[in-house]
Amino acid sequence: MKDKVDVLIIGSGASGAAVAWSLAETKMRILCLEQGDWMKQSDYPTNGRDYEARVFSDYATSPNVRQRASDYPINDDDSPIKVVNFNAVGGSTVMYTAHYPRMHPSDFKVRSLDGVADDWPIDYATLDPFFAENDRMTGVSGLAGDPAYPAHSPPMPPLPLGKSGAKIGKTMNGLGWHWWPSDSAVATTEYDGRSPCINLGHCTPACAQGAKASTDITYWPHAIRAGVELRTNCRVREIVTGPDGMATGVIYYDADGKEQFQPAEVVILAANGVGTARLLLNSASARFPNGLANSSGLVGKNLMFHPWAQVAGYVDEPMDGHRGPPLCLWSQEFYETDRARGFLRGFNFQFVRTIGVATEAVNAEANGLLPWGEGHHDTFRGMVGHRMQVGICTEDLPEEHNRVTLDPVLKDSHGIPAPKIDYTIGENTSRMLDFAIDRGRVILTAAGARNIHETRPVLYGGWHLLGTARMGNDPARSVVNSWGRTHDVKNLFIVDGSIFVTSGGVNPTSTIQALALYIADSIKQRLATLFD
Amino acid sequence: MNDKTLSAAEIADLRSLAGMIVPPSAKYGVPSADDDMIVADIVASLGRDTDHVRAALATLRTLAGGPFAELDAERRNDVAVKLRAEGGAPVRVLTRIVLLCYYRDDRVMLSLGLELRPPFPKGHTVEQGDWSLLDPVRARKPFWRPVS
Repeated sequence: MKDKVDVLIIGSGASGAAVAWSLAETKMRILCLEQGDWMKQSDYPTNGRDYEARVFSDYATSPNVRQRASDYPINDDDSPIKVVNFNAVGGSTVMYTAHYPRMHPSDFKVRSLDGVADDWPIDYATLDPFFAENDRMTGVSGLAGDPAYPAHSPPMPPLPLGKSGAKIGKTMNGLGWHWWPSDSAVATTEYDGRSPCINLGHCTPACAQGAKASTDITYWPHAIRAGVELRTNCRVREIVTGPDGMATGVIYYDADGKEQFQPAEVVILAANGVGTARLLLNSASARFPNGLANSSGLVGKNLMFHPWAQVAGYVDEPMDGHRGPPLCLWSQEFYETDRARGFLRGFNFQFVRTIGVATEAVNAEANGLLPWGEGHHDTFRGMVGHRMQVGICTEDLPEEHNRVTLDPVLKDSHGIPAPKIDYTIGENTSRMLDFAIDRGRVILTAAGARNIHETRPVLYGGWHLLGTARMGNDPARSVVNSWGRTHDVKNLFIVDGSIFVTSGGVNPTSTIQALALYIADSIKQRLATLFD
Repeated sequence: MNDKTLSAAEIADLRSLAGMIVPPSAKYGVPSADDDMIVADIVASLGRDTDHVRAALATLRTLAGGPFAELDAERRNDVAVKLRAEGGAPVRVLTRIVLLCYYRDDRVMLSLGLELRPPFPKGHTVEQGDWSLLDPVRARKPFWRPVS
């Protein structure tokens, strides 16, 4: 048997890294088990001329396509949106676009404001200092003064506007609609030993420059220097509980595939909204027959994705093309509820400027815009370097039928049941998508774009895995309390996106990490009475 | 031939189809996708998509009633149109690989005015742009929704 640790964290991604770093100052013995390995920047796609092709193979966003040894399969046949993630030290921050908006104050009080879903048991003000701490640790670029947000000051200047940003800005000014440089987890200056962005143009499938803030190069070096142990290639199968109902540790498979038991005083789940639900359901026992921490029956339910759409077209002026981070600007003109629009809540426009030459050809052909044969070259040369695109991130309201369960047949390479996703896009979100796509078309039309086309929903758009172990004060209606401890098991905590009560309409990583820091702080404040 | 390589007949059909997807252009000085170097890159790049490509080529042969590469130009065009419309996911995969390989060929990249290098480590230049464009937005009052 392994030596007992004080704190065992499952998962080294956005939330696991943040909670590990924050707790390190307690000098407790902290261990993180990660099913993947350390990544090497020298292996990342932009080191080679085949960088665009690798998005369809070893750097595919879907684990079902990618099929690395660290990946587990996900049955998402019954969902119009496929789960995308990455499994390595740093988790999905290795393979995200680093768009880094915070949730808004209104996002925490949806029931009070709009009469749907539920309020969070905490509010924006509670998280505000942790947002700031996370911005500093992550290294966020952006610009203070956005009228769409309460005041905050990103520590680095924003990404450049470039040709695309200027065109978008002029267009949005003409419409009188809000736009602002995105908060981005991309270094624009030297920062904490990291080099600034050099506009590689291919951020999502890992940053060879190290400018993108994945937690393997942000939180983890600090956490490890502070004494945290990170054990890689270790896949946890289940959390074990004792006769008193407390967690005693976990069973995992080590790098050699050997089953191990790791005892722990405290277990913290940081495995994302699919992985955490899977582990809890797979930790069923005689005492917890429906899965661990599941007396509410809500583990795995209320899965929220942020159904994503895109509207794109081609303008006459040269745009940034394959240069620069895809990120540059957002618009939150339609973020807050306006009932006259025919739906509740709202969405974020995320302007995307960068696309590789080959990817442009692939996308245009798939959309029926790029002909085979005659006309191919003339058509393509009017497209490449002329794309204008807006992504739409819609708020997804919680619905219990959208859920993660254990697949009765499909298993991973260790024989652990795989997660199964059942998901449909809600009525409110559908109406929101109608409206948002229409407004996206208005923007592109105002910009003078041609061949305007849309994608709805983006098939491989399930980045944001939220809500499957929701936070709340009522144990009958939630899985964890207001500071991340499960109602049922008093030494089991959850810090990832599964504890979201509602999704907001923005990318969640900033909020996930602020929540993890808040929960870590709550643990530190309560060390003497943690299990009361 | 094994399950991860194509037969000579399959490669012949693939070459012929690739040439129909991207023809040569004297105007831009670029080869067709049936160029030897590009076809070699395509064949070497099939990897995990080999089964899909093989399925697409089987459909192509069925639609052609025999070797696609041996059809006359008019008939090949008719079959290619039908394949694109009806071939489903395997044809999308095949087309994607053809385009990914074509649009990294040195001659094509040079014709597009692009450098023959990966993005890293040189990166690219993106100008800061005119930040005064933001002035009208800066002038707006905060419009986030208060909760109390």
